[in-house]
Order: sequence, then C-alpha cells, then structure tokens
Amino acid sequence: MLEFSCHTISPGQTEGEALLSQDPILFYQTDFTTGIFREPGHALEGKCIAGKILIFPGGKGSSVVQADGMYKLDAAGLAPKGFIVSSLDTVLVSSAIIMEVPMVDDVDPAFYQEVKNGDRLRLDATAEKIYILR
Amino acid sequence: MILTQYQQDMLDGRYGKGKALAIRIQKAIGEGFRAQRMVPITRAHVALSAQEADTWFARKMRDAGATCAVSPTVNPGYCLKLFQQLGYVDDESSALMRETHQVYQALGANLTYSCTPYLFGNIPRYGEIVSFSESSATVYVNSVLGARTNRESSASALCAAITGFVPEYGMLLEENRFGTVLVQVDAQLKSEFDFALLGLNIKRIGRGVPVFTGIHPSAVTTEGLIALGAQMNVAGMVDLFHILGVTPDAPDLDRAFGGKQPERVITITQAHLDEHRAALMPHRLDHVDFVMLGCPHYTYEQICRADKYLEQNSAAVPVWILTSAATAALAQVNGISDSLEAHGARIVPDTCVDEAACWGHLAGKQGVTDSPKCAYYMRAFGVNLAVCDSETCLTWAAKGRGEF
Repeated sequence: MLEFSCHTISPGQTEGEALLSQDPILFYQTDFTTGIFREPGHALEGKCIAGKILIFPGGKGSSVVQADGMYKLDAAGLAPKGFIVSSLDTVLVSSAIIMEVPMVDDVDPAFYQEVKNGDRLRLDATAEKIYILR
Repeated sequence: MILTQYQQDMLDGRYGKGKALAIRIQKAIGEGFRAQRMVPITRAHVALSAQEADTWFARKMRDAGATCAVSPTVNPGYCLKLFQQLGYVDDESSALMRETHQVYQALGANLTYSCTPYLFGNIPRYGEIVSFSESSATVYVNSVLGARTNRESSASALCAAITGFVPEYGMLLEENRFGTVLVQVDAQLKSEFDFALLGLNIKRIGRGVPVFTGIHPSAVTTEGLIALGAQMNVAGMVDLFHILGVTPDAPDLDRAFGGKQPERVITITQAHLDEHRAALMPHRLDHVDFVMLGCPHYTYEQICRADKYLEQNSAAVPVWILTSAATAALAQVNGISDSLEAHGARIVPDTCVDEAACWGHLAGKQGVTDSPKCAYYMRAFGVNLAVCDSETCLTWAAKGRGEF
C-alpha cells in the first residue's frame, strides 16, 4: 500500500477504482442513464465514470450545467466517488461540497508517477491522505 | 480561515439554520482556496436556472429558513405567461418553473430573470466586491466594469447573498488580477460575432488572464465585449480578461501585467477566426425553421438593429429575440416590439435558451443563431443550430431556406 499527502477541498472518505483524464471535465457531457462520458475527442470519451475516483486537471464549462450534470449523475446513482484535481475553480469546488463528494488538490507529485487506470484507491479527504491499494 | 464574531455566530446557528448552512459551505470553499478571511459583498447575482440541481439547492436553503442579506438578481428561467399562451407548456411541465419562482421569492431575491444584470438592475462600480455567478456575467463585471468577483456557481453566489460575505481569494485579490497571457490579435473584428469567434479561440490561449492587444478601441462595443466573455466561457474558463487601451485595468502593458513579463505570447490570426466560422456553418442547409437570437440576452441596440433589418426583409420563419424584461419594456414603449411582430419576430423576456421545458418543441428542427453558446446548449435537447453573424441569421429568416 502506497500513501500520499493531499489537501482537503471537500471532506469525506471513499474507496474506488482510479480513472485518469488529462482533460478538464464538464459533467453535463455524461449519458445520465449509463454514466458513460460522451464529449467527442475527450480523454474520457466512451468511458464510464460512475463509481470511479476521478483524477483530472479540474472543471470547465458554464456554471449551471456543471452543477446540474453532477446532480443528475447523483440522482441516477451514477456519481463518481471522489475527485483528485490539480487546479481549483469555484463551480466544481462548491458543487463537490454541496453534493458531498470527497475532493482533494495539492497532491504529492509522486502520486501522479505511480497511479494507473484501474488502481484501487482509498481517498481520505478529511485526513488529507490518498492510498494506492496494491 | 479566521472568522469575525458575527460570522462565527452565524456558523454556530445564532441566526438560524439557513445562514449556518450557507456559511458552512462558504467556509469549506474558503479553506479549499486557502482564503484567510471573509469579506462583505454589496451585490450578488444568482444563476437561477429552473433546472433540478439549482432549485433543489435553493429549496434546501429556503426550507432551512434562509433569507438573503443582499438581495441577488437572478438568471432567466422562462416566461411562464408567454409560453402558456403559446401552448408550449402545460401545468405539469411548468411545475418546476413555478416552484423556482416561489422558492427564490421566499429567499428574498430580486427576480430580474436576465443573464445581463450588469446592463439593468445590478450594476457594480469599479473595485466593488460582489458575488456574481453566470460565467458570462462574472467575466463582464470583472473585466469591463473592474468589479471583483470569483467565478461563482449559482449555489456559492446564493450562499454569499444569504450571508452577505464571500471568502477572500482568487479574483478578489489584486495580485491575481494582472494579465498572464499576451494575446496579439491579428484579425479583423467587424461585428460582435467576430468577438465571439475570438472567444472560441480560448483553447489556443489556455488558462490564465489574457491581455488582448491589436484591437482598436473603435472596434469595441458593449455587445462585442459581452460576446467575447460569454464564448470564452463556453470553450474554456476565464474569470477576467483585459483589452489594451479599452478595459479599465489595461491602460498600458506595464499596468496590465503588473510590471511582469507575460507567461506566454499567443497570436490569433484571421485564419484562426475563419476556421471557427467555417466549423459553425454547414456547407449546405436546405431550409431553416427558426432563428434564435439573444444568448446572452440581447441589448436594446441589438434589438433595434434587428428591427431595422426586418423592416426591409420580413421573416418567413419565426425569429425569437431573448432579452431582459426591462429591455423588452423599453422596446414596447418605443414601438419596436410591435414593429418586430409585424415583421415576424417576437421579443421574449425572462427566458434562457437552455430551457427544454419551453423550447422542447424545436427538437429535431433546424435553426440558426448568432451565438455558439446557444447552439451548444440547445444541442443537448436535440435542436440543430447553425451559427453565423446576426445579419446572416436574419437573411436566412427572410428566405426560410439556405442559399449561401
């Protein structure tokens, strides 16, 4: 098990599979019946984000649709379990806090060297720790 | 983050559950951004959307007994009275819009229902600390008016309206408001649509605070500035921009960049603009079913311009012009509304293009608009839109078919 430091944005603990995206994410671009991301040309195009711990640069897009996208995923039981980001914006931060999705930033750079798609992660946003369970 | 006694009392519930919940969310946001304190605001604008997530949060606040310390203006939903009259919505489908109205009224909002509050009803002065959501409004009041706001979400702006404070970080701090990217514009900006095309180039510009040079002040209109900010926030995320010799914090390069060197220098050419222009317009359209204008809400000048054009060339297909109730009232007083209706166009107050409830009847139809943002939103519920400048839109409207 590998342990890394991070900084709390939205508190909480969760465990799940890692899914990496080098592109910023607008959650409105998800199919709300399957959890499959559908933005053409996006790093996550065709991938299912439901139940995943997402590792991505940050959010993008207009404020209304970002919050609405997260809400619709949550209502359908298809919300991602946690967010690990490198840059912050108020829309994504406030949405994560209100929807109670654990979220961290300022992660130990060594984490990005180690983590791969499909890794089992434990994210303890409250204690500011990320664990790769292998 | 250090709170004042009053803010701590709010957090401890001395002013009720609603204010406690709002400031708890703001404290978490502030700590995420490493804010040191919370500072008072004098204005707020909430991006009400009459969509599930937004009304859910506003309802949660109302049910907790929250009322606004600073009455916020709000974004459009849709004009119930008009769309019921037209038969596009029934009682069942409009339930959410009616509830949204009641919830925001109970919270003490000023129900302006427009995405351009900085033109009517909520106009910050230079340097004023405010909390504005609606990405196109945030960027306008920061960049053009020189007010200070972060790129708030509807929920975070509502929290600020309820408590009367915002965490101090980001765009509220002088050091973050200087330019970081020098953008040399080597292209003709003839209409506000050219400014929209410039905005779509944000991916080339990247993250940061762009400082545009090469734009002659005489080419810059209020409408162009609105289009630039709005479209940059569709393709990307921009809190603040400067235009050399135009916007208040950019009288010269030294002041715009705070005495530092830009991190990047980018050139945007005519070819970059034309590439987007071509991508937005199919080579061939056999027919056009409708024209949608006013995303963001049209100004009075844009409405008058449309009226002048339509007087010469009446529309053969419906032309919808979205604007604020205040601007619509002005158009009514000056006889513009009647003139537009006589030539096939209709002014729609209080309404956003992103409302499937009232625009659902357009699904599967082919329209044209002058706003890439409009096309992007309406595509989500199955409406096809080609995008071109407003005059070309109205030419299509007159013909009802495409021959360009």
